[in-house]
Amino acid sequence: MTNEMTIIEKIIFEKIGKITSPGDIVVLPIDTAMAHDGTAPLMIKSFEEMNAKKVWDSSKAVFVIDHVAPSSNEGTSRLHKMMRDFAKKHGIKLYDIGEGICHQILPEKGHVFPGAIVVGADSHTCTHGAFTAFATGIGSTEMAAVFASGKLWFKVPESIRINVNGKLKGNVMSKDLILYIIGEIKADGATYKAVEFTGNTIKEMSMESRMVMTNMVVEMGGKTGLIETDEKTKVFLEGRVNIPFKEIKADKNAKYSDEMEIEAERIEPMVSCPHSVDNVKPVSEVEGIEVDQVFIGSCTNGRLEDLRIVAKVLRNKKVKTRTIVMPASREVLLNAIKEGIIEELIRAGCVVGVPGCGPCVGSHHGIPSPGDVVVSTTNRNFKGRMGIADAYIYLASPLTAAYAALNGKITIPEVIL
Amino acid sequence: MIKGRIWKFGDNVSTDDIIPGKYKFKTIDLNELSKHVMEGIDPTFSSKVKPGDIIVAGKNFGCGSSREQAPLVIKHAGISAVIAKSFARIFFRNAINIGLPVIEEKELYDNVETGDIIEISLSDGKIYAKGRVFNFKPIPSFLMRILEDGGLVEHYKKKGKFIWEDNFL
Ligand code: SF4
Repeated sequence: MTNEMTIIEKIIFEKIGKITSPGDIVVLPIDTAMAHDGTAPLMIKSFEEMNAKKVWDSSKAVFVIDHVAPSSNEGTSRLHKMMRDFAKKHGIKLYDIGEGICHQILPEKGHVFPGAIVVGADSHTCTHGAFTAFATGIGSTEMAAVFASGKLWFKVPESIRINVNGKLKGNVMSKDLILYIIGEIKADGATYKAVEFTGNTIKEMSMESRMVMTNMVVEMGGKTGLIETDEKTKVFLEGRVNIPFKEIKADKNAKYSDEMEIEAERIEPMVSCPHSVDNVKPVSEVEGIEVDQVFIGSCTNGRLEDLRIVAKVLRNKKVKTRTIVMPASREVLLNAIKEGIIEELIRAGCVVGVPGCGPCVGSHHGIPSPGDVVVSTTNRNFKGRMGIADAYIYLASPLTAAYAALNGKITIPEVIL
Repeated sequence: MIKGRIWKFGDNVSTDDIIPGKYKFKTIDLNELSKHVMEGIDPTFSSKVKPGDIIVAGKNFGCGSSREQAPLVIKHAGISAVIAKSFARIFFRNAINIGLPVIEEKELYDNVETGDIIEISLSDGKIYAKGRVFNFKPIPSFLMRILEDGGLVEHYKKKGKFIWEDNFL
């Protein structure tokens, strides 16, 4: 029925004019295809082995060098060169070192809009659902196929609807909310499904906070996270996207495979404990654990509002533990400089690095030592994730992370928001 | 028919367990990368695994990153198929795209041990183990075609286009 569509069904309908149901296989034209320095080299190899001649539409293909940026070793430098050469040869856009993390750059630079079909050779591509795009992660060879053909098959997913209402406590951020949800749904509870976030708590959130929600959908197995289009979406995209787009919302009678109701007031500051993202506990249960390193950054929590909060906590104080801050993009960094945030963080004793993924994936810029306890604003705490198996990673909000930095141990953050 | 000895792994085996992220930024050489296959769980795995072996795992196998290096190192190490209670979706797609058979089947896991020999018939959805037959839903036919061609690269080389470009659906 035309008036019973979920957001994902609506996006597909707008794209191909066909009403679909979960389980149907569809072939969709791609609006944006992105690969980064962890996945593009293998994509290029597959593209060349296929003997594909040209990129289907060079204005829709994007490369980002963000994972090991700037390069830390010769092997990586060779892979970066491979990307630069390919981008030049095919005339595609490459965002080079220092520009920022792919999932921050795509919306900032206008590659994402409501109704867009976005594929990224990165699992956190689901982030872009905050802009009502159907965005999902694929592998390198499949990305080579997209670069060659501009199309890809998808199974229309079932949708889970998560309805959050009420006001979050003053020491609770969207990160705490999504960690809570993952703790309930578990690491595989949304596998193959689209996850729609709705309710007035979500409506009240900034685009930045919404991106935290959709970013972590893959940590419960989800195919994509989705939030309907509203004024905030349009304000963010204004001046960034110059093609017209439609607002996309779910229909009232849309069918969901599961629904979850959450009262925002009841959410406490949360952490994901080692070594799985769904091992979620209230901060109060792990209070007092000593911390060796704090990392603030990543495509989950390296944005301006995050840095603002950290600076608010650390202003005129000194951190008691190693604290690394990586802004998510050049734009974020520049704005943080303008607001005086960067100076405050440096004076407080933080190390502020180049916009990019930083130590999130364990390739450089702050690999923990054996036995270290790390509080990180990132999205994964698997064993070995930060480059060493014997490190204990707690995922937290920027506010909780700032308090861990300030006190050298895990602390319930004070009300600050 | 695929026949082989199995290695059992638990639930939520992540791509960081299969091939830690730190290695993939330095090289795409599979001989190099495969030395680290399953390193996160069993650092000695690469020296024990033999061509033709089969991985049997719990739920959510391959969760985490989109890195195609994960199914690639498994295939390169000689593993002929992965059977799991469930797969993370990107891993599942990647495996087919690089020509590694992946099978979703929930009951086998509790009935076999590392070292057992089992047989798989992909096309009719049957696993023969311990004198029993375990049925699974065969992979959709269009994916089976990609798998039979040996993955997407070979598929494209053979046909000059991708099966989904024909609007076959
Ligand atoms: S910040 Fe971390 S999770 Fe995000 S894209 Fe980079 S490595 Fe992946």
